[in-house]
Amino acid sequence: MSTPPVMLHPELLAADDTHAIVRDDRRLDHAEAASKPLRSRPEPQPRGAKIHGSRPVDQAEAAARFIAAPEHEKMHDERLWDLRQKRDREMHGIPEWEELRSLASAIKEHTLTHLDEYLEQFEANARSHGVHVHWAHDAAEHNRIVHGILSDHGAKSLIKSKSMLTEECGFRPYMASVGIEVIETDLGERIQQLDNEDPSHVVVPAVHKLRTDVAEVFARTIGTDPANSDVHYLAEAQREATRPLILAADAGMTGCNFAVAETGTFVVCTNEGNADLSANVPKLHIASIGIEKIIPRLEHLAVFIRLLSRSALGSPVTQYTSHFRGPRAGGEMHVVLVDNGRSERLGMEEFWTSLKCIRCGACMNTCPVYRRSGGLSYGATYSGPIGLIIDPTFNQRKYSNLPFASTLNGSCTNVCPVKINIHEQIYAWRRVLVERHETPLAKRAAMKAAGELLSRPAAYRAAIAAADVALAHLPRFVIYNGLNAWGRHREVPHPPKQTFHSWYQANRGGKP
Amino acid sequence: MRIGLFIPCYIDAFFPEVGIATLELLERFGHEVVYPRDQTCCGQPMANSGFNAECADTEALFVRNFSGFDYVVAPSGSCVHHVRDNFDAIEQTDEVKEVRARTCEIVEFLHDILKVDAFPWARFPHRVGLHNSCGTLRRLKHATPSELHEPFYSKPMDLLSKVEGIEFVTPARPDECCGFGGTFSVFEEVVSTKMGYDKVSDHARAGAEYIVSADTSCLMHQQGCAERIGVPIKFIHIAQILNGASA
Repeated sequence: MSTPPVMLHPELLAADDTHAIVRDDRRLDHAEAASKPLRSRPEPQPRGAKIHGSRPVDQAEAAARFIAAPEHEKMHDERLWDLRQKRDREMHGIPEWEELRSLASAIKEHTLTHLDEYLEQFEANARSHGVHVHWAHDAAEHNRIVHGILSDHGAKSLIKSKSMLTEECGFRPYMASVGIEVIETDLGERIQQLDNEDPSHVVVPAVHKLRTDVAEVFARTIGTDPANSDVHYLAEAQREATRPLILAADAGMTGCNFAVAETGTFVVCTNEGNADLSANVPKLHIASIGIEKIIPRLEHLAVFIRLLSRSALGSPVTQYTSHFRGPRAGGEMHVVLVDNGRSERLGMEEFWTSLKCIRCGACMNTCPVYRRSGGLSYGATYSGPIGLIIDPTFNQRKYSNLPFASTLNGSCTNVCPVKINIHEQIYAWRRVLVERHETPLAKRAAMKAAGELLSRPAAYRAAIAAADVALAHLPRFVIYNGLNAWGRHREVPHPPKQTFHSWYQANRGGKP
Repeated sequence: MRIGLFIPCYIDAFFPEVGIATLELLERFGHEVVYPRDQTCCGQPMANSGFNAECADTEALFVRNFSGFDYVVAPSGSCVHHVRDNFDAIEQTDEVKEVRARTCEIVEFLHDILKVDAFPWARFPHRVGLHNSCGTLRRLKHATPSELHEPFYSKPMDLLSKVEGIEFVTPARPDECCGFGGTFSVFEEVVSTKMGYDKVSDHARAGAEYIVSADTSCLMHQQGCAERIGVPIKFIHIAQILNGASA
């Protein structure tokens, strides 16, 4: 039987409609029957910078690939801008905000200029509570010390909270090489660990990932449904997978946000409480502490606690602010104080104040270049504005391009809770890198030529006239060829009939 | 008052109308305005890229051209920022220090030095979005940046508010950098243009017919971005509006 080719409401159709689709004894109406749940393939995650040993990282290349993934770029930009806006709201709730920043900066500068005294004070006080204190000159020594402690206890598995210092030390790869299993307990950091990728942000390490990316990683590593990217489902699945590992771990590790010299205690701030699990579930607790984390007195802590989470996430305070004083009964606590280039940086006249950094990430959240590039485009432990000024201290050649990945807009300096003059240090690094010949030859040649032209008025006038003629008469495809970086993604200015110079000559004339 | 008019290279070559408006505006207030013919540039393009030694001769030429004026005025915030804050490739003689200290950007000159309270010749019945360039906002301190907890002020807004018929619109991210950044615009052109697209789109969503700024370099970049992605928005320098440009 044929049915008329008209769309009718199901109730108006004959009961014996052969085109009807029946499911569960119920005839589906038109819309239900026609629309199948279509799931388009999620946009693949753009990966970070390509690393070739110590060759200069090409941040611009990786950033271009990030921008070529519009869903990722848009989400990343909006998510971080949202943090910046929340930070602004919190700031406006604190009338003495600018005073707090000045105070925090002054405390840090004082401490850094008396660092030896405060470190020794911290060490003595910590030892008096039964804490084992170790000193590590560099990353390798840090890793060896921690390995030694774990070996002494026969520990084969280690749970840890997020720590940029351990990232800096290449701690996870080292532990893998000596056969110790490391389990990250921070959700974002765990995602990055399972994906074998570095954190892209100091506070929100997986912020560059869409939830579909996380679903892909978890499906591959902990066996979740690849088609299910529900955030609660993914978080719960991860919790179920990791919690048994946490309970069975032989040792725990944390980083440190602030180490207080007068008390010999240290403070770890988290929102997930995972540092407390890492520190308190196993009997052995090891804390890695960068030597710049010292503050003199407990009363100074209040200044930083008020600034840290407001600057980082726009929340008044982290969910957990945990103070650690010494081992609990039957346990052991070790502190590793790590230099890894910090003493050398302290001696750099233009760059030493970068050691004031409390790793809040506010400079990243506000940075318009970072938001559009993704943190992995920097190919370094530290990305964004703070990365631009500290990465070259680790490897000048490898990170020689980074200080150029900035418009020098200065927003980073204004949001910095400890008032590091970040954009001025970026500018200063450019000078240093040029002086040390760490810039591409083509750029050197172009800048030298520009300097010569712009200091010779007659030659300059001739060049301007030629440029005018060129823009006015060259066909479009010549101006927009692949070599012209201005015109590849934007139009060139429309050449005027005459320059200001010739207008002035014609209209104001007279003698110069 | 004897004023030296500094017209930066790209304004000379591509935006003579901005130079003309600046000249005429200063003349309206009865000052002697001199345009030294041998001027080229302040050295910023090289210095901004770290090549400080390469801008020494250009800085020396700048001082030769602009020595002896009561003020040196330019319609470009970033160039003035370079002269005032980073112009140190040459020896800092008294003459050099004097020229640096007397160099002003047009908005701050009108607002802080001349203290202009009316532009009776100016009428601009359009919706405009104000773009404070990063150089004018965070270095020359034209206005309160949104990152700081400080009382609100805006010198360009003060001046533009005196123009009849003007209407302001506010983009969602008023202080966001447009992505020009000097040589950044060519060395990191993909990020630069993406920032430019976002900037002009933000102003367009806010309903701006014009983007007005004290920095022609930002406008040049934004115009190129807007034309490429087809955002129908026009660009004008603040000196043009204050000098009575009708559209």
